[in-house]
Amino acid sequence: MTSPCRDNFRVKGYRFGEGEKTLAIVGAMRGDEVQQQYICSQLVNRLTMLEQRGGIAEGKSILIIPSCNPFSMNVNRRFWAMDNTDINRMFPGYDQGETTQRIASAVFSALNGFEYGIQLASYYVPGDFIPHVRMLQTGYEDVETARLFGMKYVTTYQPRPFDTTLLNYNWQLWSTKAFSVYAGQTDRIDLNTSGETIDAIFRMMTRTGIINYGSLGAAYESICIDEASLQHIKARHAGIFYRLVDAGSRVASGESLAHIIDPYNGQILSDIKATAEGTVFFAHHRPVVFQNALLFMIHVI
Amino acid sequence: MMKTIVSTELPIDEQFRIRKNVIQNGRNDGLRFCVVTGTHGDELEGQMVCYELAHIVSERISSLDGTLEIYPALNPLGIDTIQRGIPNFDLDMNRIFPGDPQGTMAEQTAHAIIEDIKGADMVIDIHSSNLYLRETPQVRINVQDSKWLVPFAERLGMDFVWVHGAATVLEATLAHSLNATGTPCLVVEMGVGQRINHKMCRRLVEGILHLMQTMGMWKESPKDRLPQPLVCEGDRVTFLNAETSGVFLTELKCGINVSRGQTIGQIVDPLRGRVLSTVSSPVDGYLFTIRAYPIVYEGSLMARIFNTEEA
Ligand SMILES: [Zn+2]
Repeated sequence: MTSPCRDNFRVKGYRFGEGEKTLAIVGAMRGDEVQQQYICSQLVNRLTMLEQRGGIAEGKSILIIPSCNPFSMNVNRRFWAMDNTDINRMFPGYDQGETTQRIASAVFSALNGFEYGIQLASYYVPGDFIPHVRMLQTGYEDVETARLFGMKYVTTYQPRPFDTTLLNYNWQLWSTKAFSVYAGQTDRIDLNTSGETIDAIFRMMTRTGIINYGSLGAAYESICIDEASLQHIKARHAGIFYRLVDAGSRVASGESLAHIIDPYNGQILSDIKATAEGTVFFAHHRPVVFQNALLFMIHVI
Repeated sequence: MMKTIVSTELPIDEQFRIRKNVIQNGRNDGLRFCVVTGTHGDELEGQMVCYELAHIVSERISSLDGTLEIYPALNPLGIDTIQRGIPNFDLDMNRIFPGDPQGTMAEQTAHAIIEDIKGADMVIDIHSSNLYLRETPQVRINVQDSKWLVPFAERLGMDFVWVHGAATVLEATLAHSLNATGTPCLVVEMGVGQRINHKMCRRLVEGILHLMQTMGMWKESPKDRLPQPLVCEGDRVTFLNAETSGVFLTELKCGINVSRGQTIGQIVDPLRGRVLSTVSSPVDGYLFTIRAYPIVYEGSLMARIFNTEEA
């Protein structure tokens, strides 16, 4: 696609192996998904070497699209800069429609028809997650395959009306086994979580017979949960948020998780405590919080 | 009487509030009419409509029989920061209704708004397109609600009523959420984002008073005869999307009839001084949307035309 005064808009894909459309992987769909793009670049790098060694299974092919939205990343905007629309709210796209509908349509026609699909996703609530595999409950979700990533958690959730325009919803509808992989971070590269995520994707590819790869690394036996079962802890006051635990921390009942501090006099307005033993699945990370903001999601055990 | 329907703390010494003005006269058990706007922070026509209505009805309070409630700013932080969505949440507020009392601040706010408005006898939700498009004064109605709502819409004195198809994403709008609870809500679109067109606003004020009059809530007749709108039903809207990226130039204003083959505008290349694409109408019809923001990408919407050719 041409642009009014910038370079042409290009979406690049990398193909490995030949034969059936087996696995498609998509990285950054928004301009701040740097961790997602980084992970894809590492996958392309490693798969290039693996293919040279003959490590892609006979008759299987892999497509990787590291970025659907280089234009937004280049100008440091999360969404399509001209109209602030989100490509991941435009699926399955429409080739006669608006610009981002057309991009979604072109991307979806490249991604459609694969047996498995992985999107390296980010969440709109600001915070840190335990890396996990996430699926919409559409009746097509494949929890057993999701476990093969060997990530700590596999979660499922009930789609809301606006979720019907997500890539993964449409992938599932067109019978691709779709997984959103949340690699913990979005707008900065974290070598630990990105490394774990890359290993998890290689593990999944090996265990489903897409590649032959010797070293799988240490895997987790995934805990599978419905997100509705996570305990939500909210801010009773607004103020400065001072966190005492991280995503992944094991917390005991009564343990302090964070303080909310009066931004003027430093007094503790709220000492946020765990009400049950569990694992911190999500932890808010902005230094100031709104009243009622979601601070933690706890997997209670 | 001013009422606060939502109040929550912001981090640094500020209260987030959504307020309404309740103007009541006559019967206590009379009808309730709500005018809401400012869901999209970049749409401002509703501000003038709310001002004019509150001013007129307060001054001529004896003509009112029932309750008029005015909500000028459903997304006050968006209006204040010139943002369409909700600051800090990256969300279009009109995609999170009916909200969730246990959800984020944005979802709780949406829930509180629905709970407050629910049960009204009429709701007018005023939008003004966005920065990109200019709209003829019009009412938009979901096809599922057309039988019920078109007769009300015809009394608002707008130019056009667009009965559009149902889409799952639109289930999360304020209007759909209210209509689903049995509260009639009409969506008005007019003008362009970030500007106020006085003539259009005064027309809508007249239209709202006329609708209130026909409902028995306003005991004055409109000064002039209100225009009857064109009603567009059954998928008869043609969308013109840009074939190429460039700068869109047009001489036309919306709200006019166009004929098949008529030039709507051109997409040009300022670097080379070339016309990249000529945009022309594929049908005889009524042009009710035209692009206001000149920079276009392939796919950008440039115009919408109600196809009036014989089927
Ligand atoms: Zn709007």
